[in-house]
Order: sequence, then structure tokens, then C-alpha cells
Amino acid sequence: MLNPMATLRLGLWAALAIGMMVVDHRYHSLDGLRDLLSTAVYPLQALMQAPAAARTWFSENLVNRDTLLEENARLREKQIFLNAQLQKLTTLEAENRRLRSLLESAVNTPERMLVAELLAVDFDPYRHHILLNRGRRHGIEVGQPVIDQHGIIGQIMRADLLTSTAILITDPNHALPVQINRTGIRTLARGTGNFQELDLPHIPNSEDVKVGDLLVTSGLGGRFPRGYPVGTITKVEFDPGSPFARIIAKPLAQLDRIREVMLLENGVDGTVLAPAPVTP
Amino acid sequence: MIADRAQGGWIIALSLLAAFLLAGIPLPGPLDHFRPDWVAMTLIYWCMALPYRIGIGMGWLVGLLLDVARGALLGQYALALSVVAYLTLQAYRRIRVFPPWRQALTVLVLLLIEQVLVFWISGVIGYPPSDGWYLAPAVGGMVVWPLLFIVLRDLRRHFQVE
Repeated sequence: MLNPMATLRLGLWAALAIGMMVVDHRYHSLDGLRDLLSTAVYPLQALMQAPAAARTWFSENLVNRDTLLEENARLREKQIFLNAQLQKLTTLEAENRRLRSLLESAVNTPERMLVAELLAVDFDPYRHHILLNRGRRHGIEVGQPVIDQHGIIGQIMRADLLTSTAILITDPNHALPVQINRTGIRTLARGTGNFQELDLPHIPNSEDVKVGDLLVTSGLGGRFPRGYPVGTITKVEFDPGSPFARIIAKPLAQLDRIREVMLLENGVDGTVLAPAPVTP
Repeated sequence: MIADRAQGGWIIALSLLAAFLLAGIPLPGPLDHFRPDWVAMTLIYWCMALPYRIGIGMGWLVGLLLDVARGALLGQYALALSVVAYLTLQAYRRIRVFPPWRQALTVLVLLLIEQVLVFWISGVIGYPPSDGWYLAPAVGGMVVWPLLFIVLRDLRRHFQVE
């Protein structure tokens, strides 16, 4: 007892859905609609935050005085330590800038940062995308690099009015230009769909790569500023049958437990494009 | 009839809203792999209970919101949920009189169809599932279906949603 009217209706709706998917995927001309709907869905997403927010509130407010005092002392100590390090860094930075201007190469300008929080929203588990609570209204633009205190996390791929979506470096459709800090070898770090693994293709078997080497952004491609830590190499396999070694790295940022991230200003200056000579 | 309809709408909207919220709450540990698709199940219930009122168009609309909330391609869940709504509408007379376990099995099949559609589209655009867990939410859905059914039925009867 199939209802022909229902079948017709399904056909129409399905055609509309398929058409939208094609347009969304190929031409990205539905971003306005998505923007509108995402603003409509935002209260819902904010409400979803409530349980997690309540837990954070309780754990922050219901601690005893001793713990707080202890933490305070620890943080103050750390701050003194970091401040001391920062002094050194400031001098180094000034020196670096002077030397660079002597060399007439582009000057590294300090980037501005913006902090955003992760909205605990359930995304498709095979896509490594995260939703952040800052959007165009807060000055977010597509392409801004996203970092945390350990290293690069990803980049903004969509900026809506109140929220934005970032693609993580481990997403299977993401690759970023990196270099090995010790030797200066440049390559790409491709996402694998696994939070603990980045794939480094196109490194010849003859290259000097060791487990534990630090990967930093190379600044090529103009998206990510140069010199931010990305990951460490965890596995190097030399396969005599293939021209390239199989190299796996682990991201430094803990991508599966992100709470807060920092957004860097888009690379407006030319520095990110200037390939710096790295002496091996 | 008209008055009844006007009266019941908010319960349907509220239950779908609750489903949206539930879908966003992670379950502890490995159980999270089985986190049911509450929105699809709520939709199945209303299609089954009020087939003249909730149908393919509603499934499509709810799916579109799910697309936005989950960052999927626009239309991905819209397509999957309108297919689910369609199948439910075609079989609601039979599903209604099934004993609970058979109803749960039917829901399992519907949810499997939904998951396969969604992940099939994801695969086409370059995000194939990288492990075998992607069908687990349907199993989770089957397990909680009898509970959801009772809750929604009692709500419907109590508030006389027609």
C-alpha cells in the first residue's frame, strides 16, 4: 500500500537536498544560508554547553582555600619564571629583527592573538572540525591559524556571524607545510583522520630524519606563520622498495581534548612567504 | 481538530528540541560510540504516531538544522531524514501494531539506512569512515527505542497531541 503522493514528495525533497549538496560542495554559494541557519541554531548550541559549563563552574567554585592558595603560589612562581624567560626573548627578538633588517629580509612582526573557546558540539566523528564561540562579529576571518599552548591546531575554514568552524591539522583533507627543525627539510604534514598521527610524504630514504625530531611550520603557502611547533616524529620506516620513507609524526597539541584556543591574525605581512635560509 | 492541532505543536517542537540537546551530550567512555541519533528516533516516532501531520517535509527541515549543527554538507541529513520519514510513513500501520522488540528492530533498520546514507555522502566528498564504529549508533538507538517510545507516547496522550 505505497502512497504515490508520498513517493512524489520524497522525490522532490530528495532532489532539493541533492541539489543543495552539490551547490554547497562545489560552489560554496550557500554560505549565506548556512550563516543564517547557524545563527538560528546558536542558542541551541549555547544551551548544549550548559552541562559542561555547570561542571566547570562547580569544580572552579567548590574548591577549598588551601588548594586555591597552593595553586596561586604555583602560578605566581611560574609567572616569575616565564617573565624572566620573556625578558630574554624580547632582547632576542629585537636582535633578530635588527639582524634581519641588516640582511634586508622581511621582518617578523609580532602577531595579534584572540582567544576562543570550543563549543561542545557533536560533529561527524570522521571529520576533524571544531566549532568555536567566536565569529565574524569578533573579527574572525577564514584562513586564520588556530593554535594552543603546545602548537598548531588548525585553521579557520568557515566564519559565521557568531561562531566559526576550524579544520584540525589531523583532518584527512588537511595538509600544512612544515619543516624539520633540526635539519630544515621541508615537507607537508597531512592529516590522517587519527588525532595522534600526521603523515609526512615525499621525504627521500636518504634524508636524515630521526624519531623525536621537532616539526615546525615552514611558512610556505602563506597560511601559517613560520616557526610554530607542529609535532614530533614518532616513526620512521625506510622502505627500500619505495623512493620515499614512511614517516609519521604526532601533533604536539592535544587535539582530542581542546578547550581553549588562540587565533592568530591572518598572515598579512610578507614574512610568511620569505623562505628563510636554514643552516643544517 | 484544528484547535487540537494548534495545541499539540509545541510538544512536538519541544521533543525535537530535547532530542537535539540529547544528541550533543557525550556518553561515558566507549559507550559514546553507541550514542543514539535521538533526533532521527524522535522524528520516526512522530511520523508513526501522526503520519498526517509530520512527514517528509518535516524530516527534511529537521535534517537541514542537523546539517548546520553538525557541520555537515547542507542537505546531507536533510536527505537521510526525509528518506527515513518516507519509509516510516509507508509502514506506519504495521509498525504501530508490532510488539516492542519488532518495533525496535524496525527502528534499527531505519537508523541503519540513515547512517549508511549519511556516511555514503561523507565518503563521496572525501571523509570515509576510518573505523568500524560508524554503524554503532543505530544499535544504541535500537536499545533505547522502547524507552523513548513509552516516554513520547505518554507525552502525546497526556497533552492530547493529535
